[in-house]
Amino acid sequence: MIRGRSWARVGDYALAGVTAVEALIFAAVAPGFFSVANLVNIALSIAVTGILAVGMTAVMVTGGIDLGVGSVVALSGVAAALAAVHGAPILTALVAALGVGVLTGVVNGTLIAYLKVPAFVATLAMLTAARGLAFLVAGGRSHGDLPDAFGFIGRTSVLAVPTPVFVMIGVMLVGAFVLQRTVYGRHLYAVGGNAEAARLAGIDVRRVTWWVYVINGVLVGLAGLTLASRLGAGVPNAGVQYELDVIAACVVGGTSLIGGRGTVGGTLWGTVFIGVLTNGLNLANVDPYVQKIALGVVIVVAVIGDQLGRREQGG
Amino acid sequence: MELTAQGLVKQYPGVRALDGVGLTLRGGEVHAVVGENGAGKSSLMKILSGAARPDAGVLTLDGQPLVLRGPRDAQRAGIRMIHQELSLVPELTVAENIFLGHEPATRGVIARRTLVTDARAVLDRLGQEAIDPAASVRTLSLAARQMTEIAKAIARDARVLIMDEPTAILAQHEADALFAVIRQLRADGVAVAYITHRMDEVYLLADQVTVLRDGRVVSTGALGEYNRAEMVRQMVGRELAGGFPVGSQSAGAERLAIEGVSSGRVRHATLQVHAGEIVAVVGLVGAGRTELLRAVFGAAPITGGTMRLDGAPYAPRSPREAIARGVALLPEDRKAEGLILAAAVRENASMAVLPRLAAAGVIRRGAERAAVVHWIEALRIRTPSQEQLVRMLSGGNQQKVVLARWMLAESSLLLVDEPTRGIDVGARAEIYTLMRDLVERGAAILMVSSDLPEALGMADRVIVMRDGATTAELQRSEATPDRVAALILGEVA
Repeated sequence: MIRGRSWARVGDYALAGVTAVEALIFAAVAPGFFSVANLVNIALSIAVTGILAVGMTAVMVTGGIDLGVGSVVALSGVAAALAAVHGAPILTALVAALGVGVLTGVVNGTLIAYLKVPAFVATLAMLTAARGLAFLVAGGRSHGDLPDAFGFIGRTSVLAVPTPVFVMIGVMLVGAFVLQRTVYGRHLYAVGGNAEAARLAGIDVRRVTWWVYVINGVLVGLAGLTLASRLGAGVPNAGVQYELDVIAACVVGGTSLIGGRGTVGGTLWGTVFIGVLTNGLNLANVDPYVQKIALGVVIVVAVIGDQLGRREQGG
Repeated sequence: MELTAQGLVKQYPGVRALDGVGLTLRGGEVHAVVGENGAGKSSLMKILSGAARPDAGVLTLDGQPLVLRGPRDAQRAGIRMIHQELSLVPELTVAENIFLGHEPATRGVIARRTLVTDARAVLDRLGQEAIDPAASVRTLSLAARQMTEIAKAIARDARVLIMDEPTAILAQHEADALFAVIRQLRADGVAVAYITHRMDEVYLLADQVTVLRDGRVVSTGALGEYNRAEMVRQMVGRELAGGFPVGSQSAGAERLAIEGVSSGRVRHATLQVHAGEIVAVVGLVGAGRTELLRAVFGAAPITGGTMRLDGAPYAPRSPREAIARGVALLPEDRKAEGLILAAAVRENASMAVLPRLAAAGVIRRGAERAAVVHWIEALRIRTPSQEQLVRMLSGGNQQKVVLARWMLAESSLLLVDEPTRGIDVGARAEIYTLMRDLVERGAAILMVSSDLPEALGMADRVIVMRDGATTAELQRSEATPDRVAALILGEVA
């Protein structure tokens, strides 16, 4: 399932191999890298971006993009925290967070699919608007002091593995299945590969596009809830620049910015690769500023490698 | 002026596109390069124009070794390539496109007036007085874009001009204008390499002929040394069964009736198509033929008139609705509208029927593979496997993939726009046979073709369109080339 599909023959294995080499290097230079505690730590650190990256992969496969995910993570987290003080905390928080995700997704989808606003513009507007709304609703401050139950998804563990990691794995499994095995998934690739050909083959391009933003919205809401639950608070300035981390993970994993190409498997390795890099550089006491430079270089190198790889396949 | 290639080898994954090919182009000669798709013509031309580098072999220009590291080197040597898919920037003007990368400028500032007057001069040299250098390319017809492309190629000192099926998108009179231009360039001492599938054009234009097959030169020589049948035989490696497949039955029940339909350029089009017949719509580029097909397919809004399909009212608001009624479109521009080039044969073929091959939204992969394999075999699609990317197939096999999609969808009214555009001779005959087989088994075909012999050879009935309206209808027996040509041009009542 992780393997690249035929029209998205991406070097998933290659990236997994590179990640392994990367891990070995850090194991050699960074003390404590290969400890169980640190590996769990890495997994937890990529859980939220991992959830977001699945939705982003689907969006990017259609040729779209969602720049607003960081802001909507904050907004849904705030909504969840505010809702959690009413009624049964788990239920109200879940409904509020996913509801925010769906609503923002509907707005994005309607603007992009039916009103033909470029995805870049529509979601750039959402980036600003949702962030403003998050601060407005939260009254400009964080909302902690929540019922213990609010930690249900972020602060619990199963067999010493934090729940968010399981959420991420679950989302990835379902995401990979939908993209590779379902009619809807195939339609996503068709729309991104050639929208006009898809339309002339009877695919309802607008509907497929609308739904991808709504589904993505649900995942963004879920990510927002997970983050807020982990933080134990609704924080209006949470998730800043998450969109960049998420897009980076997708691109490193071989997802095309122009659509038609990308897999959840690739995205998983992209996410892991960046998570391991950040963690390893931290453990090796590399200056945080230098870390950012390293990440920038890695993104470019990954994309160049991917391009060269595809050229050799006779592109 | 002499450009030669010797012993060119080009290997792609799984296929040796060129296997020791040589070619000599001389100034003042038109050299036709003919062969089926996949014969290696495109690879050869890519190497000559610097777009690809050979794995082995050498080029010489006037006896001097010529190394082309990229298209820029080729251009510097005076070699110009006119691609089948045009390479113009739609948002720029004609003049800006013609001098793209070589704008007349003083210290980096474009001399706009010089740009336009120079472009005007080049266009006039091609006899294209009607094209406005200040118009943006987006607004031009396909034919005018083609002429702009040629103007761009010859704007600066061109010694070798390589043309890849330049008439593929042109109507007859436009092609005639192009031939005049080519003869003029030949008289000016330019060496022209002319790739084509059309025998008529070889005989009209060529001085020299080279026949390629399977990456090798089958023969090369002066045109006079060839006769047509021999040339075709060399290209396909076998005798053509000859002519077009003819129907054996009379038309059945009415399938499609169009009455006074308007849509975009189409105004008051009226025609009927019956089961078991092929109806060809002929006319000039811009007469509204493609628009009519798109309207019938629900891909363009209908602004007037009515349609019936199998006796019931028919007003599709989307291709989806048309497909559900058994209607299919094989578009003219397969790459832009028919196929997802980066996807596999399987994915392209099953695209319209996925819900039927799925249970609860999950694709049944075994069922999908079996269905696709069935049609790969039935249509004799030449592909290593159903996982092959469609991009890697020849034009004829790509067209068959689109056809396979509609066979899977059990479509019974096929709208076929330029069925063999960009498809080689051997594969054309196969497409014709497939089309005839379909109607013999009860389907109906409404086709558009700019290739008059093809339209008249295939059609049971011919509809003439002019300026968006259907202006004449002829039975097969009445449709002589002269008569139809006159009707297309509106020269007879």
